Amino acid sequence: MENLSLQDDIPANEPRKQRKKKVLLMGKSGSGKSSMRSIIFSNYVAKDTRRLGATIDVDLSHVKFLGNLTLNLWDCGGQDAFMENYLSQQRQHVFSNVGVLIYVFDIESRDFDRDLLTYRSIIGALSQFSSTASVYILIHKMDLVVPTKREDIYNDRVDQVQAKSDAFEITPFATSIWDQSLYKAWAEIIHDLVPNLDQIEKHLGSLGKIISAEEILLFERSSFLVVSSWTSTIGGMNPTTDRFERLSNIVKTFKQSTSRYTGTPKSAEQFCHFELKMKNFSLFIVKFTTNTYLLVALPPGETRFNSALENVKIARKEFEDLDSPAKKGADRGATCTAANEA
Amino acid sequence: MSTTSSITPCRKPLSGTSFIGLENSIVNELVRVLFVSSTSTIRNTLVQPIHGTTFVAIVISDVSYISPAQLNIERVYEQNRLIAQKKDASGALESAPVPAAATQGKPRLLLMGQRRSGKSSISSVVFHKMPPNETLFLESTARVQKDSMHSFMDFQVWDFPGQVDFLDPTFDLDAIFGEIGALIWVIDAQDDYLEAINRLNSTILNLQPTYPNINIEVFIHKVDGLSDDYKLDIQRDIMQRIQDELSDHGVENAPINFHLTSIYNHSIFEAFSKVIQKLIPHLPTLEALLNDLCRSCRFEKAYLFDVLSKIYIATDSSPVDMPSYEICSDYIDVIVDVAEIYGWPRSDEYIESLEGEPWNKKLEDQVACLDAESAIVLTDMKRPIMLREVNKYLALVAIMREGSFEKMPLVTMNVETVADGLTKVFEITKQRNMVS
Repeated sequence: MENLSLQDDIPANEPRKQRKKKVLLMGKSGSGKSSMRSIIFSNYVAKDTRRLGATIDVDLSHVKFLGNLTLNLWDCGGQDAFMENYLSQQRQHVFSNVGVLIYVFDIESRDFDRDLLTYRSIIGALSQFSSTASVYILIHKMDLVVPTKREDIYNDRVDQVQAKSDAFEITPFATSIWDQSLYKAWAEIIHDLVPNLDQIEKHLGSLGKIISAEEILLFERSSFLVVSSWTSTIGGMNPTTDRFERLSNIVKTFKQSTSRYTGTPKSAEQFCHFELKMKNFSLFIVKFTTNTYLLVALPPGETRFNSALENVKIARKEFEDLDSPAKKGADRGATCTAANEA
Repeated sequence: MSTTSSITPCRKPLSGTSFIGLENSIVNELVRVLFVSSTSTIRNTLVQPIHGTTFVAIVISDVSYISPAQLNIERVYEQNRLIAQKKDASGALESAPVPAAATQGKPRLLLMGQRRSGKSSISSVVFHKMPPNETLFLESTARVQKDSMHSFMDFQVWDFPGQVDFLDPTFDLDAIFGEIGALIWVIDAQDDYLEAINRLNSTILNLQPTYPNINIEVFIHKVDGLSDDYKLDIQRDIMQRIQDELSDHGVENAPINFHLTSIYNHSIFEAFSKVIQKLIPHLPTLEALLNDLCRSCRFEKAYLFDVLSKIYIATDSSPVDMPSYEICSDYIDVIVDVAEIYGWPRSDEYIESLEGEPWNKKLEDQVACLDAESAIVLTDMKRPIMLREVNKYLALVAIMREGSFEKMPLVTMNVETVADGLTKVFEITKQRNMVS
């Protein structure tokens, strides 16, 4: 993660510019932007973020995601001086070619009106240079509010933000780094950024039907966010609606302990196979492609479990090229189904 | 999976109170399991019975077969009986409230120590799964908090307020210390501990004549953040002071154990594990079973966990290292959490459809084992960890040697046999408890 000065980094007529859309992470100083970035992409646990200092200017990072997808993440320091700089001198540089704007509001902020004012000018700049960008609003640090009041305060804030958002369709989330809500928000943001998602989803669906699974989830390797999912009608009846985020959270926490145990770095892949067989369901998480893990929840039964495991192994080949940037076969769908049926 | 090993509980009818001593026949269970060596990998076809031989020995006169814990429990029983007899003889029913029937026969853990030494925090973290940083907000305890733990073994945890002096004659010592399993004395290592040691000493000296068999466990608490050298220095200092003081009063070799603990890491669980293990009468049997398992399956380390509190109640004889305990205990968390997410009850129609074509079998017959089974393979040296639920409260967690995941079906079978054995051992104790 390098803190590059902006002038060095202007990609002068870079051919891949089109693909590298920016993800802007903005918000008032101290609202928790860098904390959440570190948790999601750098394998920090919540309490590690206490040692993070203030972000100076823009902290630019290229987060490798699913192999061929690089998130061009701009973590913008939120102090007023920087903000003014973004809006004046660097206006075009910062706000052009933005794919996603993630704006973080601190729920505890004492001067919400002023935050809104800043937000208003950011939105102004954004509509000037990248009017197609999608806007995500994270109302952050929700853990600091009394649980009974959370919903009211959240709704109130969202309404006010919505009113200031011009033509942009905003997607709001209530988040906190201390629970899984952060994963929910980011999983959804990432979900929007993955290009060939429709295809992946379709393949997962056909795989799921063949092995009669209840649910299939595709996780990104290092962040363990749910990239794509398929749920059968039965699996959809699961009363735990926040299960994706919870699973991300569970696995990431466990990865911390395994890294302590094995002495390998946290970012290294920690396990390659996990299985759980219970009386009323069975489940496995396997390393799927280079950059993904696959979770499959199945009805109970030894035979079913083992054949599903084999089938997933076979299907792995077909998903591999969704990952690697080298080959991008067009006939992917056809071969995938054929192999599955074999 | 059928096994021929069967352990039949042997009991003698209860004799009268005049018969002091070992009226509970001591059953020495030796479950010898001959493990099947087969190269077959498909689990359901491995129907070969496991040859098991069981020896049930009734030992009444030969004390050498009795484990220390067992002996201890017998002694406590005896001690209680003597006291009861004395009371009967004097005929005076005094003000002593007879402990309610429900509390009888349950080992009791007493948490004592100076105020603000961390007693309530310990019991909240260990027995109520409270996150350690939330214990900051615990109020000070005003009266004795009694918690009943229903687990593999029912026991009680009594949390005493630090400011009360229990040696005051107005307290009924017998009601407090009568059925005690262990007295846990918590000392704040980051505070001035001289006063705490003085009180501990006077407590021991007061209890020693009446209740000589109490296990005293000293938790040198809040040692997180202290350097290793300093920790050991404190421990040595505290041990020295207690022993000196006791031997001055003529008490030698009091059963005192010392543990360095903190609620911010696994050390408190480890210390509790050791305390609880002393209360389990059949610990040697459990350990022998786990040793057998480790040998035949080439496990690095095997633990038998109490799932709720994540205390390990038995392990094999290889030395306990904290990292392996931590990883196993965290692994249980993963299983519990995942099971909570996907373990919701499915509708009947769905289950029926699963039992129909093409399986045509009851769901119970489709699964190999009705209890939870799990395994994870760590990328580092391909080391697998496996978990097997033994009963509602217990789980067997083992760290396997690298590369042994291919032999998983065999391992699963062996584990199954051991799990069976463990269940039976616990059945026996249950029955015995009811009788006594």
